Amino acid sequence: MTLGTEILISAILLLGAGMLLVGSIGLARLPDFYTRLHAPTKATTLGIACIVLASMLDSWINHDLVSVKEPVITLFLLITAPVTAYMLSKAALHYRVRPVKRTQNQHLINTARNQQPPKATDMTE
Amino acid sequence: MLEQVTLLCGALTGLALLLNLWRLLKGPTLHDRILALDTMYINAIALILLLGTHMGSPLYFEGALLIAMLGFISTVTVAKYLLRGDIIE
Repeated sequence: MTLGTEILISAILLLGAGMLLVGSIGLARLPDFYTRLHAPTKATTLGIACIVLASMLDSWINHDLVSVKEPVITLFLLITAPVTAYMLSKAALHYRVRPVKRTQNQHLINTARNQQPPKATDMTE
Repeated sequence: MLEQVTLLCGALTGLALLLNLWRLLKGPTLHDRILALDTMYINAIALILLLGTHMGSPLYFEGALLIAMLGFISTVTVAKYLLRGDIIE
């Protein structure tokens, strides 16, 4: 293992762990639920991707192992994080969790909450 | 150098887990607590991957994959229960 690859893996690891820490600080510090939802869903996805990439490079360079499990973890988290965020925000919307006062376009919350599902007859036509 | 960096990244991730725990205990609404749990399992995956890198063993990735799948399923299930009052209708 040369010095260059060691520095590269260390830099990717530090970037990933820093991203995870930034997401958690955002979760702990931001003022209301909707802004707190925004912080970890983006930052933790990038952090996990960086850490997985670093551990893949490490096992490839140091141990001559190439496996498909690490990209599967990244792909799974990339797909499922928006779904989780969507379902949590939808639940908070229907429980009338208040946003902060300076949130713009607050009347659209009522529009989204009162949206009705399509009729069954429209689906068959 | 890589060993020290791995330990430092583990310390940063542990700090992130402590911040999530604070939000889990404090969180004003139920949704905050669910979101804190969701972030906690993602940080736990990162910690397990760092442990696998530190030990030089590929056996930890299966555990990380299991935590990823079960954490997603549990979060979606609780959100569905909050929305509809029932999980499978």
